[in-house]
Amino acid sequence: MRYIPHTAADVSEMLERIGVKNLEDLFVEVPGSVRLKRPLDLPEALSETELLRELKKLAAKNATPSTHMSFLGGGAYHHFSPAAIDLLVSRSEFYTAYTPYQPEISQGTLQAIFEFQTMICQLTGMDVANASMYDGASACAEAVLMAVRLTRRKRVLLSRALNPRYRATVATYCLYLDLELIDVAVADDGRTDLKDLAAKLDNTTAAVVAGYPNYFGVVEDLAALSERAHEAGARMVAAVAEPVALGLLKPPGELGADIVAGDGQSFGLPLAYGGPYVGFFTVRQKDLRAMPGRLVGETTDLDGQRGFVLTLSTREQHIRREKATSNICSNQGLCALVTTIFMSLLGKQGLREMAGQNLAKAAYARQQLAGVKGFSLVFDGPSFNEFVVRSVEPVADVLGRLEKNGILGGIALGDDYPELADCFLVCVTEQNQRSEIDALVAALQGGAA
Amino acid sequence: MTILGNSGLVLNEKLLFEHSDPGRKGYSLPKLDVPEAALPAELCRDEIAGFPELSEVDVVRHFTRLSTWNYGVDSGFYPLGSCTMKYNPKVNEIAARLPGLADLHPATPPHLAQGILELMDKLQTSLAEVSGFARVTLQPAAGAHGELAGMLVIRAWHEARNSTRSKVLIPDTAHGTNPATATLAGYDVVPIASEGILTLEEVESHMDDDVAALMVTNPNTLGLFESNIEEICKLVHARGGLVYCDGANLNALMGIARPGDMGIDVMHFNLHKTFSTPHGGGGPGAGPVGVTEELIPYLPGPGVERVGDEYRFETDNAESIGRLLAFHGNVGIMVRAYSYIRSMGGAGLKHASEMAVLNANYIRARLEGVYELPYKNRSLHEVIFSDKDLEGGCHTLDVAKRLIDYGYHPPTIYFPLVVKGAIMIEPTETESPDVLDEFCDAMIAIAGEARDNPDLLLKAPMRSKVRRLDETTAARKPRLKWEGSE
Amino acid sequence: MEFPEELKYTEEHEWVMIEEDLAVVGITDFAQDALGDVVFVELPEVGTAVEAGKAFGVVESVKAVSDVYAPLTGTIEEVNDDLIDAPEIINTSPYEDGWMVKIRMAEASDADELMDAEAYQALIAEES
Repeated sequence: MRYIPHTAADVSEMLERIGVKNLEDLFVEVPGSVRLKRPLDLPEALSETELLRELKKLAAKNATPSTHMSFLGGGAYHHFSPAAIDLLVSRSEFYTAYTPYQPEISQGTLQAIFEFQTMICQLTGMDVANASMYDGASACAEAVLMAVRLTRRKRVLLSRALNPRYRATVATYCLYLDLELIDVAVADDGRTDLKDLAAKLDNTTAAVVAGYPNYFGVVEDLAALSERAHEAGARMVAAVAEPVALGLLKPPGELGADIVAGDGQSFGLPLAYGGPYVGFFTVRQKDLRAMPGRLVGETTDLDGQRGFVLTLSTREQHIRREKATSNICSNQGLCALVTTIFMSLLGKQGLREMAGQNLAKAAYARQQLAGVKGFSLVFDGPSFNEFVVRSVEPVADVLGRLEKNGILGGIALGDDYPELADCFLVCVTEQNQRSEIDALVAALQGGAA
Repeated sequence: MTILGNSGLVLNEKLLFEHSDPGRKGYSLPKLDVPEAALPAELCRDEIAGFPELSEVDVVRHFTRLSTWNYGVDSGFYPLGSCTMKYNPKVNEIAARLPGLADLHPATPPHLAQGILELMDKLQTSLAEVSGFARVTLQPAAGAHGELAGMLVIRAWHEARNSTRSKVLIPDTAHGTNPATATLAGYDVVPIASEGILTLEEVESHMDDDVAALMVTNPNTLGLFESNIEEICKLVHARGGLVYCDGANLNALMGIARPGDMGIDVMHFNLHKTFSTPHGGGGPGAGPVGVTEELIPYLPGPGVERVGDEYRFETDNAESIGRLLAFHGNVGIMVRAYSYIRSMGGAGLKHASEMAVLNANYIRARLEGVYELPYKNRSLHEVIFSDKDLEGGCHTLDVAKRLIDYGYHPPTIYFPLVVKGAIMIEPTETESPDVLDEFCDAMIAIAGEARDNPDLLLKAPMRSKVRRLDETTAARKPRLKWEGSE
Repeated sequence: MEFPEELKYTEEHEWVMIEEDLAVVGITDFAQDALGDVVFVELPEVGTAVEAGKAFGVVESVKAVSDVYAPLTGTIEEVNDDLIDAPEIINTSPYEDGWMVKIRMAEASDADELMDAEAYQALIAEES
């Protein structure tokens, strides 16, 4: 076996040094009654050639942007990722290292995380960012738990326009914590209904949670939501599933958000059928000690040189155990590095330009689709790179027809929103050429004729 | 003895922000082929203050230099206990980057994602075979995330029986995630003492009608097999509880014994430990969870299932605890773990566990007597020493730092908490006896230095990019982001 | 290590100085030494009711965290705000500048239950 170096001679010399007769003697503490008395029933080992042949066969059965024109979004986005990123994160000093518990030989990872924390704060307009969470949905759940800890309240208001998978994840995390999760309705413009929010907010509410932009691609009036939340003494949690939008949109920190949780997948991470992605998590300075996850801080070494260490770890499970702010341990370090390199390469101008392209392409697609007979736009609130389309023809038929034309046209909304059973969610990014958008429109027209 | 650690040219590197020059670009985008659009002005931000402006060369040099300040498994021996820092096969990296796997959107209709679903189904079936569980979910993103899934499943099982049990028993040797997770599942934690391994009497003395579960790690964090595990599981079951196993140390047992056969009800795997996926400087990993037949309905979902020749997501999951992530889990990590299992085969996995245990026992044989060995039972895949016999006023931390000068990553230190000054060494199977010998020689030399010239330890490391860092000031006056040059 | 004779002590390593019906509370020299450099102190608000044996605050070092338990039942009368910005005072002056809270005792006779310096020294000799 190429990953295991021991020769037969090595094994016998080692056994002799240990003072046992055979390998079996090393397992004397494992009682016979629990021993597996047959070989593992797994296929024979494959060579590299055979393995890659098999995997390529599996890979060929999947539809990707190289086989289909894709308008899928809904929390995972097909974006440009500069070539330098993958080559840099493929340096094995990065990807084969452990969590930087020994700072003297982990300064590369530590400085990169410090840069990640800095850029995530700049992007969101918040004071403190941690060194990452699993993904946007679990980060959102942790934000809810943090708001509950800080307010010692038990009621949580979730906008129905928040990504339904984020809402489901929040519900799982809260299953047995004796909390009350309440949906807030969506208004006609696709934003969270402020009247419904006002009716449901009270002085037992711990948090108000909304997407920014929300699941329908609509930009919430976050300032108004925050104001209402704060009047009731609740925390405002903004969930950002599409951080490219922050290249143009006002940062949530400027609009009163207390916690901003989101997903960094758009910043250079491959779609990879849903993961690994990376959650980001930011808070106000005053709430620092209640935040979950790892933090890297700047300090100096014995010679006075600048260096970085994991810090404030008494919040974490390895020290505080059952009283920790979260059970999170290893999470998505390398993915955070990917987003750090992405943000460095795109920089101030690039992120704005990319966001502008998303906005323009989606606006063009909206305009074109609105003109197709049998289809209409559902929400008129300001939107970024996603929007909801209503169809006279059953949604499954429309998407099936598009698929025959080599187009993944969008995500059907009926499963998550029964009232939108005749609707689907379309996402257009800078990766979609005008010709693809025109093809989508033409294919839709084809069916309506 | 040849000392691996040497000095070399280490380049300094500023923070990204200190390099930034207005107007520099490190990207290219196609020309916009549709009319420009604008959002209402009141929604728009000013430029992102402080965001860097760099060329591609700036960025590439920056991160290349940063990488040279790190130490990875590819750099050298990484004997971190309970972390299983085995070699990360390169073909797995190629596999995960195949465009048909890497570029697949999670909302792709299942009939156009049959390849990945087949891989996921085969991986969960393989993990079930290795562990002896009836079914495995792949959704959790990390070990602690798997623990959460597992403890919620246990709670859901109790709730379905109208049981309102409120306590979880956790041995004092457990990883900190265990008690933190039990709290997240709404349980009160009852710590229980162990004497190396758990005794039936100790568990029995705590096992009452209010105990929902016992959380164990097997082999435990002392590297010892919980040899009373069957009796303990029987006892817990007889009193109406369930047994959770932290699978962090599964690398000792593949093909040898299966947790599912021991009476354990739920266990999480760490694909980034046992199944060779890289640790990434702190993730991403993956924490699949295996359960017995009875607990299948409560697993997080939706899971992947095979129906005839079709792979699809389950639809009948009314009792499921729900989802723990936005999508289907860390699929890129699953691809790597699947590649590993296919490259090893069943016999190869067993061989890996045998060699991992052989390596740990070899280190134990060479270092026993030089460092104190607090537990004498036969070690499995890792061995724990302490600093009790160390001279010259030196402690575990100093040994760890001195190992850096010798060119090694230090072992896990000061864990488990029950051993004062613990030094926890897990060599894994991918290290040759030559590497182990060099490492042991270094450990022996360091014990001698502690006696003859303790300053070498107390001032270590001397050869690293930075020396010991002031963690006290970092915590007292936290600087958690760059705020401009002073 | 010193253990002033005029103070009372608890098994959880707090010291208590009785001033009529007020009890001044801090952590002992032994406790600060075991903890190492203190980096953070969490104190209750004035007016909080505390119960003997229940945690009222937290002291943290870089790698450890410890609850601080109320030696007596009563109400928090005053807290030492200087510790918020300069937690290291607990290391440099555990018995004087490093006091943490003053508790207005519900029952002054409770203080009789506490250990004297000699008994406390015997306790830590046993523990270490």
